[in-house]
Amino acid sequence: MQAAQEQAPSPASASASASASPPPRAHHSQSLAALFSANLRQDRLALTGVVLLTFFLVVGIFAESLAPHGPRERHYDDAGRIRRLEPPSLAHPFGTTDVGRDIFSQVILGTRTALIVGFLAALLVTLVGAVVGIVAGYYGGWPDAVLMRIVDFFYAIPFIPFAIVLAAILQPSIWNIILAVSLLTWRTVARIVRSQVLSIAQRPYIKAARVAGAGHTRIMTRYILPNVLPLVLLEMAFMVNWAIMAEASIAFLGFGDPRLTSWGQILHLNFVSGYWRIAWWWTVPPGLAIILLLLSIFFVARALEAVVDPRLRNR
Amino acid sequence: MAVFVAKRLATMILMLLLVATMIFLMFRTMPGDPTASMVDPSIPREARQALLERYGLHESLWTQYRIFMADLVRLDFGSSYFYNRPVLEVIGERLPATLILMFAAMLFAYALGVLGGAWMAWNRGTWREAAGITFSLIFRSAPTFWVGLMAVMLFAVTLGWFPAQGMRTTGYTGDTFREVFVSLDFLRHLILPAAVAGLYFLATPLLIMRNSMLEVMSEDYIEMARAKGLREIRILYKHAARNALLPVVTAGALFIGAAIGGQVLIEVVFSWPGLGREIVQAVTRSDYPLAQGIFIIISALVMSMNLAADIVYGLLDPRITYH
Repeated sequence: MQAAQEQAPSPASASASASASPPPRAHHSQSLAALFSANLRQDRLALTGVVLLTFFLVVGIFAESLAPHGPRERHYDDAGRIRRLEPPSLAHPFGTTDVGRDIFSQVILGTRTALIVGFLAALLVTLVGAVVGIVAGYYGGWPDAVLMRIVDFFYAIPFIPFAIVLAAILQPSIWNIILAVSLLTWRTVARIVRSQVLSIAQRPYIKAARVAGAGHTRIMTRYILPNVLPLVLLEMAFMVNWAIMAEASIAFLGFGDPRLTSWGQILHLNFVSGYWRIAWWWTVPPGLAIILLLLSIFFVARALEAVVDPRLRNR
Repeated sequence: MAVFVAKRLATMILMLLLVATMIFLMFRTMPGDPTASMVDPSIPREARQALLERYGLHESLWTQYRIFMADLVRLDFGSSYFYNRPVLEVIGERLPATLILMFAAMLFAYALGVLGGAWMAWNRGTWREAAGITFSLIFRSAPTFWVGLMAVMLFAVTLGWFPAQGMRTTGYTGDTFREVFVSLDFLRHLILPAAVAGLYFLATPLLIMRNSMLEVMSEDYIEMARAKGLREIRILYKHAARNALLPVVTAGALFIGAAIGGQVLIEVVFSWPGLGREIVQAVTRSDYPLAQGIFIIISALVMSMNLAADIVYGLLDPRITYH
């Protein structure tokens, strides 16, 4: 998918390039929002995505009040025995673990972890990636060459091995997972933004601004940034997904934050216990939660994509 | 072309040395006592000192780095603490398993992706296309390891069609490459992990093939084939699909890096004795020479795949010239 985007020639700014002077930023973002909501009305999948995502956000924000039990609380039956590996029931909608913990509550609390990791990491990644991409694409020459060699370097590092080594050396924690994701993923955004900036930098209004005496910083923030913003937002949506998946994978391998309940962590304990072959109620819910959250973001991104690439609008 | 390949090879070697430097520094300059992650700090002081000296960890960072790089250039990765054998030997044993699984998964994803993508473009705007997109996106959104767990639960435990784990039936020991990998038993073990990994990669070739087909289908020669009255399926696969393949090949290079990294998870779920599972165990056991060695080898794999894909791309499309 990313390769396809990289090939897509100059999306987004077809309208902007028609006018000689850049549209004021407020107007631009307004039209962006308008286009986005227009797409929502047309595209039922995108609308489903927004509804689902809102649901996850609400669950994530109010996780503590929504979860009926603590994630580590052990449950006992009337005879005082631990409720080990109980299939779903009214009291425990997703059943219990091998040590009698309520899986339903764990999945609810895991939502918050996934959202925090996803959005924080994506924010960092897109911020760094966009800055590097804009600087490299705008200045060209040796800054571009140096930055792109650094990007190449980071493309050569395999993510999961890097993340587990980092987690093992530093203490396993949610911040180190965010750090690992950010360190290795900004390169993708940088490369995509750069190729977009390369074409924007040649536009007449950029030259006009330069002749009129605008400084480099002003050109980059006021004239180039607004034009790559839709693309950056789209990339950010993909990065949220990537970060959530990365956190789940690292936690599944046992390098996650042991004090924190996350979907990957639930699956890790499930796998290590060996009961995953029989206790389907323990394995299925966290996996389904990941799929639904990622799908909802994909669908929202679809509406964004149509804003970014006008060619998609009549598909 | 030769100049291009030579240049790329030189860059690749430079990059590899940089990656090696990075991993060297990661293990040795982390906060706290950097030797703590390598030699257990709780053992008696003298024993610890002896161990540190044996592994050369008492030397200055710069000396260690010089020795490390000099060894690396001679392909000496040191010896594994856990196995007490040269790292390269352990890697050599694990590498074929990883490569075979990776290529099997790629084959699965590409065969299904190319045929399916062409078929989706042909059925553009129908429910079939929507179903195809949704199907591939679901598997793109599903964590590979979770799909693996589900597949084992369903196909191995419940239905008993495939073995649940490993490369060969438990208890089997083979020594030579032929003994281990050339057998029906191995193939039976390969199917499930390769299919699960392939399903995750599927979305990339499928969606790119679809987009590229949509563009090819508006070309004149397709119109011409139609006018000649050729059968639909023949136009689809013989005329259109062949020409739409190029972008799919290029994209393959870009996601192969993610493929090798992601395979770690598949290997863990299926107890597949490859490099990915080994690096997880090495990191857990603080066996840093082994972890370091595997890390460098995996990076080298990613880079050589990218290079190979670049070359194939050039051979496929005569319009591309290298300089």
